[in-house]
Amino acid sequence: MSPAADAGALLRVEALEIAFRVRGGDVLATRGVSFEVRQGETLGLVGESGSGKSVLCRALLRLLPSPPAQIRGGRVLFDGVDLLALPEARMREIRGTDIAMVFQNPMTSLSPVWPIGDQVTEGLRIHRGLSKSAARDRGVELLRAIGIPDAARRYDDHPSQWSGGMLQRAVIAMAMACGPRLLLADEPTTALDVTIQEQILALLADLQAKNGMAMVLVSHDIGVVAETCDRIAVMYAGTLVETGPAAEVLGNPRHPYTLGLMRSSPRMDEHATRLQPIPGQPPDLARPAPGCPFVERCTFARDACRHESVRLREVAPGHASACLFPESVV
Amino acid sequence: MWIFRFVGLRLLQAIPVLLGITLVAFLAIHLVPGDPVRIMLQGRASDAAVAEINARLGLDQPLLVQYGRFVGRAVTGDLGTSIIQRAPVSKIVTERLIPSSFLLAYATLLSVLLAVPLAVWAAARRDRFADHVIRIAGTVSFAMPSFWIGLILILGFGLTLKWFPIAGFGQGFWGHVRHLFLPALTIALFLAPLLIQSLRAAMLDAMTAEHVEVARAKGLGERRILFKYVLRAALIPVVTILAVNIGWMVSGSVIVESVFSVAGLGMLLVHAVSTRDYPVIQGLTLVFALMVIGVNLLADVACALIDRRTRNA
Repeated sequence: MSPAADAGALLRVEALEIAFRVRGGDVLATRGVSFEVRQGETLGLVGESGSGKSVLCRALLRLLPSPPAQIRGGRVLFDGVDLLALPEARMREIRGTDIAMVFQNPMTSLSPVWPIGDQVTEGLRIHRGLSKSAARDRGVELLRAIGIPDAARRYDDHPSQWSGGMLQRAVIAMAMACGPRLLLADEPTTALDVTIQEQILALLADLQAKNGMAMVLVSHDIGVVAETCDRIAVMYAGTLVETGPAAEVLGNPRHPYTLGLMRSSPRMDEHATRLQPIPGQPPDLARPAPGCPFVERCTFARDACRHESVRLREVAPGHASACLFPESVV
Repeated sequence: MWIFRFVGLRLLQAIPVLLGITLVAFLAIHLVPGDPVRIMLQGRASDAAVAEINARLGLDQPLLVQYGRFVGRAVTGDLGTSIIQRAPVSKIVTERLIPSSFLLAYATLLSVLLAVPLAVWAAARRDRFADHVIRIAGTVSFAMPSFWIGLILILGFGLTLKWFPIAGFGQGFWGHVRHLFLPALTIALFLAPLLIQSLRAAMLDAMTAEHVEVARAKGLGERRILFKYVLRAALIPVVTILAVNIGWMVSGSVIVESVFSVAGLGMLLVHAVSTRDYPVIQGLTLVFALMVIGVNLLADVACALIDRRTRNA
């Protein structure tokens, strides 16, 4: 996949801040997150569980229930339009047409009581006004395109009749139905067998190449992201700590957290005799401390890390790190 | 067609259930003290006369023989003869069956018509004003005993407003609909809150399902999500609850029947038990069991129509 370097940003997120109102105070799920996704490119969003990746994805589609979620600030520009300022009815038209989403667990992504085919084509009927029979024809095509054998007959199957891998294919077909320009894939392979994971990633890459859409691939597995993405954004405790071209970030990580993720991933460190876990726990997002959020777990930490505020700064063209001492990360 | 196999299988399963229920009822009623012949003769007969009548009715035989005879005749549609009323039990029961089933179906319909919209409204407006009002009203209506609700309805809609008749079964279909409105409403005011509570809870649960979020991400409107995804998934547990309660009301509607003087099965049962009219009690037990089995079968079919996964069970 070649990054469309000269194309403009399809999605630009600016200083997005999301909080959850809970008893005993607010939890900041994302703190001033900014990034962009260009036409046709794949951005890998990595970080461990609870770092805010999924919240971020849902916030882009305005799927977070409010309350308790609250968008405190920032903008989400899609094709130059701020999604956060759109009326709900207009936002509904964008969901499933311009921006589609694939979720983590295919077993629960479809309603158990409706035929799979009807759910796959529902968007076409709602957004594009297709008749039932036209939607069916298109649905069979979609199912065939994502590799379901005997698609015409299996169109009327119920989710309980399909395996997880097949269901994730159906969910992907459902997301692709209206030809989205941006696909948000939230851990699309986490719930699947390793053998199936590769197939799904290949399918996503294939569909992306055919349709020229952009994709945000969320994963806690930096190995998955390394295989498929043009650019990478590493998320930690609600902030982006490193962004840049995939080869650049993985070849020359400039944040200790990125390095830690790579050293703890079996795929990234094939020659290592042992995997090295990152010690400690992420900080409590309800009580943000001053300084770098990673300081307690960082092997390179210095005194300054506890007090000075950190933000993304460019360390090389297109490559940014939120580490105060990016040169010392080796 | 799956439905024939499905229903056929359920009917086969019903046979041992039916046998079990009648056997238990048969033994239970014979263990209760009290002699129907003496009650019938009001204590004025000699012991010899009582023994003679007992022998004629077969009541001197061992219990298992009596039970075997009952089952043998029941499969041919003969439920025996009432000791007290001296008429065929099948005729007595059939006469009472029509008002009772009408009332039951009517009450069920009213309950569902009341409960589904209110539950959907309450679930959609969770923790808002409408939700609280619906829940409090439901609790109050559920907590009031049915004879009390019945009396209030008679007083209000029957005697003061004169909108509805307060007793009897009426003539013709619309006559039944008018006459049984207040008794059916009385039952519905007890049943609907149960359905509202459980449907509301099931819907709130279904709303948190991931496929609802997926549907939202597809750009579906909230109304479509509520009816197509949430309500449908939530109906399955509620259908079961409804079936259990209808089954209970088959014999439990006696209070409502007596408040509104509807000559139904419930009143017949109370009368038969107090006079130890064994053949009538046995016949009623069989009919109640059949009705409960029928209601459960309908519920199973409804569930299978809603959710295909239950079809193979």
